[in-house]
Amino acid sequence: MTKYYYDLHIHSCLSPCGDDDSTPNNIAGMGVLNGLNIMALTDHNTTKNCPAFFAAAKRNGIIPIAGMELTTAEDIHVVCLFEELSQAMSFNELVEQRRVLIKNRTEIFGNQIICDDNDEVIGHEDNLLPNATTISIDESLELVEQFGGIAYPAHIDREANGILATLGFFPLEPKFKCVEFHSPEKADELIKLHGIQDKKVIVSSDAHYLWDIKEHKEYFEIDDEPYSSALVTKKLFEYLRT
Amino acid sequence: MTVNELIAAKGYKALALPEGERQINGVYIGDLLSWVMGRAKADNAWITIMSNINIVAVASLADTACIILAEGVTVPEDVISTAESKGVNILSTQSGAYETACELFGLL
Repeated sequence: MTKYYYDLHIHSCLSPCGDDDSTPNNIAGMGVLNGLNIMALTDHNTTKNCPAFFAAAKRNGIIPIAGMELTTAEDIHVVCLFEELSQAMSFNELVEQRRVLIKNRTEIFGNQIICDDNDEVIGHEDNLLPNATTISIDESLELVEQFGGIAYPAHIDREANGILATLGFFPLEPKFKCVEFHSPEKADELIKLHGIQDKKVIVSSDAHYLWDIKEHKEYFEIDDEPYSSALVTKKLFEYLRT
Repeated sequence: MTVNELIAAKGYKALALPEGERQINGVYIGDLLSWVMGRAKADNAWITIMSNINIVAVASLADTACIILAEGVTVPEDVISTAESKGVNILSTQSGAYETACELFGLL
């Protein structure tokens, strides 16, 4: 078993609230400085910087995970992760059909920058990304699973867009296998209070700035023999799914 | 006024009406269920646009007289059947939360 230090919730410059310096290469570089091994890019309702992030992460020896932070119709944030980049990009096409289009006002919300492998700007997303989609929390998990991904509620210890604040208590359906905490200190208390001892606990940063990215702290222990990054990714998803 | 009387007066659609004779006393408006749980009072008409099944549990816990879904929000069938079995009234209106509250203000 090998320890893989991770951060599975990171925003890039494509999220309007993400810093313009959080380019795919800078994020991967920061991961190296922090001693991380697995990083997921999870912009609001889009995966369009994932291809660039994959290239950047691989150059930096980081195992990349393609993801998205989906905003459900109830304004709950759900982390969606995909084993393959292509699955994430297909899921993105579905989400594009289910977004509520409101023009971004960059002076209020910030830029939404799409990068290429070398952090060159190749486009901007014109409509605001983080606002609620028409995908309900009830259908979110099944939809993501249809694309080969996994999904779990983000930062459940936060008032803003956390599932517990929004729904009052943890819903019985859908049957999420994991929950994400922003601060692990609050985990024990909330898990007990809401009776969710059966969920796996993921701790991730929800980084909007490079300096928010997680340090060398939480890890997964993965049996990675004979080593390949594909095997590590496969084992990670097996763990998160069960 | 009772929930039945409100329906008769304003033509709200009854999606689930297991306790139509409940008295309405006051109004609470909110969509963030963790807030509603601690703040809605017993016998309030609770106006919301939240349609997740947890609204039934929250209404039950807070002992509200009815849920009024504003803006024509629809709910899945399992929400209605659960509401029926838990004695939770659910009404629906095309009006927004503010307009609905104004209508109730004139009646209560």
